[in-house]
Amino acid sequence: MTNKIAKGMKDAIPICAGYLAVGFTFGMAAAAQGIGAGGAALISATNLTSAGQFAGLTVIAAAAPYFEMALTQLVINLRYALMALSLSQKLEPGTGRLQRCVIAFGITDEAFALVSTQEGKVSKYYIYGVMSVCIASWTAGTFFGAVASSALPLAVSSALGIAIYGMFLAIIIPPAKKERSIAAVILIAIVLSSALYFLPGLKEISPGFAIIICTVLASAVGAVIHPIREEEVNP
Amino acid sequence: MNFYIYVTVMAVVTYLIRVVPLVLMNREIKNTFIKSFLYYVPYAALASMTFPAILFSTTELAAAVAGLAVAIFMAFREKGLLLVALGACVTVFIIEQGMALLL
Repeated sequence: MTNKIAKGMKDAIPICAGYLAVGFTFGMAAAAQGIGAGGAALISATNLTSAGQFAGLTVIAAAAPYFEMALTQLVINLRYALMALSLSQKLEPGTGRLQRCVIAFGITDEAFALVSTQEGKVSKYYIYGVMSVCIASWTAGTFFGAVASSALPLAVSSALGIAIYGMFLAIIIPPAKKERSIAAVILIAIVLSSALYFLPGLKEISPGFAIIICTVLASAVGAVIHPIREEEVNP
Repeated sequence: MNFYIYVTVMAVVTYLIRVVPLVLMNREIKNTFIKSFLYYVPYAALASMTFPAILFSTTELAAAVAGLAVAIFMAFREKGLLLVALGACVTVFIIEQGMALLL
């Protein structure tokens, strides 16, 4: 158990670096809206989501209705539902309801990336290890960002901004080398995502929603052209 | 408009999105299409989150492109997550410092 928690915490070190940097940026953005360091840290500790929180800031700044806040979060964060569904198949048998309620809080893009690409079923303790590092670094980064709005030199925060994506590439490329169907799914997702981002008209779609569209389409194509056999799912 | 109500609304909506599928789906899915679909979800999601966002994750586009190239190369060589992430960061730092000196 302690081993699994420790492994989760160790695997989450790259996430920690990215979360400190992006959390720091969020803290600075919150401070710019007149939200104190305590309030900014409260948002990060209770939400644990970057895009949703940045969008939330603009809703708060506009003093928009609470309903609009709920809708914004729903659209931007709906991708977590897809990830939660995928994770539900990864958890060790016997992971109880209460434990699932705890695990659910820790579903972020990065934690999902780490947990879902582990071999076979995943222990809740491993996820607790990952989660604890995520929550601590995200909240601490936010707090320090709000306190010292200009402490980190721009050059350093800019360089750290790419950390998360480097990690994502390190996760998806090795399996893509071994399985052409995974490589195909990745390529389809990249083409779709770039199209949604750059093409006129399509770029009105919010980033969170664009990820949902790309993920659903690319995964569906993969499932049709190359359905997986039983033994590939449960190694 | 109260700050704490905003934060509560944000937190509750975001948590519900995460918790409902995880708690309700507590049995093994048998359907081959859905199983295959969910098998591909992580790769599709990570790829669409990375592209094109990685290009705009730094101050200078050129530095991001260099960082991307280094990360892809290192990931192909199957270096660990931390090494690949660090390699991309160091590349971005060096390129941006170099550009600042030259321009």
